[in-house]
Amino acid sequence: MSTKEHKIGEIVAEHHRREGPLLPILHAVQAEFGCVDAESEALIAKGLNLSRADVHGVVSFYHDFHDKPELRPVVQVCRAEACKARGVEQIIDQAATAAGERVKIETVYCLGLCSSGPAARVGDRLHARLDGPKLSQIIENA
Amino acid sequence: MMPETKMVRISDDALARALGADELAAAFASKGHEVQRVSSWGMQWLEPLVEIDGQGWGPAAVEDVDDILQDGASEIAIGAIEQHPFIARQQRLTFSRAGKTRPLSLDDYEATGGWSGLKRARQVGPEQILAEVTQSGLRGRGGAGFPAGIKWQTVARTAAEQKYIVCNADEGDSGTFADRMLMEGDPFLLIEGMAIAGEAVGADKGYIYIRSEYPDAIAKMERAIALSAGLVAPFELEVRVGAGAYVCGEETSLLESLEGKRGEVRAKPPLPAIEGLFGWPTVVNNVLTLAAVPHVMAEGGASAYEQLGLARSKGTMPIQLAGNIKHGGLYETAFGLTLGELVNDIGGGTESGRPVKAVQVGGPLGAYIHPDDFGIRFDYEEYTAADALIGHGGITVFDDSADMGAMARFAMEFCAAESCGKCTPCRIGAVRGVEVIDRILAGGRPADHVERIDVMHNAPRHGRSQEQEIALLTDLCETMKFGSLCALGGFTPFPVMSALKHWPEDFTGKAAAEAEVTE
Repeated sequence: MSTKEHKIGEIVAEHHRREGPLLPILHAVQAEFGCVDAESEALIAKGLNLSRADVHGVVSFYHDFHDKPELRPVVQVCRAEACKARGVEQIIDQAATAAGERVKIETVYCLGLCSSGPAARVGDRLHARLDGPKLSQIIENA
Repeated sequence: MMPETKMVRISDDALARALGADELAAAFASKGHEVQRVSSWGMQWLEPLVEIDGQGWGPAAVEDVDDILQDGASEIAIGAIEQHPFIARQQRLTFSRAGKTRPLSLDDYEATGGWSGLKRARQVGPEQILAEVTQSGLRGRGGAGFPAGIKWQTVARTAAEQKYIVCNADEGDSGTFADRMLMEGDPFLLIEGMAIAGEAVGADKGYIYIRSEYPDAIAKMERAIALSAGLVAPFELEVRVGAGAYVCGEETSLLESLEGKRGEVRAKPPLPAIEGLFGWPTVVNNVLTLAAVPHVMAEGGASAYEQLGLARSKGTMPIQLAGNIKHGGLYETAFGLTLGELVNDIGGGTESGRPVKAVQVGGPLGAYIHPDDFGIRFDYEEYTAADALIGHGGITVFDDSADMGAMARFAMEFCAAESCGKCTPCRIGAVRGVEVIDRILAGGRPADHVERIDVMHNAPRHGRSQEQEIALLTDLCETMKFGSLCALGGFTPFPVMSALKHWPEDFTGKAAAEAEVTE
């Protein structure tokens, strides 16, 4: 049994008695491996007695689950209405330049800091009242 | 002589933390002062806000620590926080503890009247709870504004072995943050409200579905549930974390997601109150609805609540002032204030100092309102009559640099990105909407290759003019509005059509200007 098989077995065993266990399991797998790939989908499907199609359907529906791990650091930048009203679109090109190939800039819609945008998130750390240089700094430190 | 140790209060709300509250708290602690991490007052332009003996300083940075400690006569001093006009003019019920208590302190919660609603609810029993919640006039704060008491009665009257209370904390609307602030600032209040709902309808299990973009709220709610488990037992609560899908804020999609499925919207009927989570009768309410319940259930609370507000919009609404606004934050008040009062008097106009161009009320699916219509009063029916919505109470202000054509396009783009895919008007309509808006912005389009084929005798050979494209967009919006299963496809036309109606030059101006240059 591969380590992955073993670990996913453990995750499924931990959650499978909960009502509607699939999302908690997918979050745990994503946290453990950085993605939910086809192999994981098959293992989860087997563990929950679902079809692989069912599991793949759920994985592909939600923005949070990825089929490949992201090896670069990720900086999430909010580009929803309130941050647009505060000028995020004017600094996004600068951010892309700062990121280059090294950092992945991910667009999210709303971090709930809407009076104080532009806002960004790195891991569980939030940043608000950003301008071009501040956002570039966060990207460089990511 | 040893310097006096001061009690310093700094919020641990996610917004304050994003602006350096943790570093600020550490700076005060390193100087030997006692730091209490409390909830946020909601004056977000002043975060991080430092409070010592009721006096406030904000926005404070680590460099300000010495000034604040020495004599307090700093540029950022705001005086007594409770007397600040932004706070003093509010009518805070749901947010009555904001700024005053430590979010995870059971002692603070109890000392400020916590659990008294639940105690009374348990004494008076289900029928009386249902009667009082109905009497209070409390309506769903998520956006639809359905009377909470009626929903609860339906669940209570449906016989079943299992029932659920589901809290919708998937606050995805841009410009809203009241759910987040409540869960981070007063988590026990939500727990109490859910336990009362459980008591009323006979449910012993509750789920709080929180979006994954709110890590602080998730952590706080989980801690609060663990701390209060004994107090609400036999009612049990569990946090479930969303996975980045905006549409899961729609109640049936949320239920699908809780069941571990794709967050696809269900057709209604059956109503979730009759066939909800796993097919059992389920109360699905927003955070703010459930958090208003403990006040309603206090002695005389229902009639006090009913006295506030106007017409059929009773009680208070935690309004969120966001976007390009000088005084952004949380403003809880009875229904009935005009939009002009909210944006100009309370919000202080734009932060940039430029004139207000547009205000979007109710999140990404809410209409853009022109300053000429600022007389509209905060009331469910008045907004509906104006082809607008209150939604979750978010107000996003734009200054005159906003390009409303681009905002309309974004509304369609957002709908296309977040559509669950179940119904055609939303899934395909949104994609076509982006295309049509692009063509309007480009001034129409030439005849395409099919129209130019010789055999297409009846096809127009002149392409489509801008006016024709606008007619097409109007028609598409009608289809989406009346043909979509849920509010995502059904309400996306509000921002689009309101932008087109009030700022047509933002749609037609660019192409016209380019044409002029070419000539």
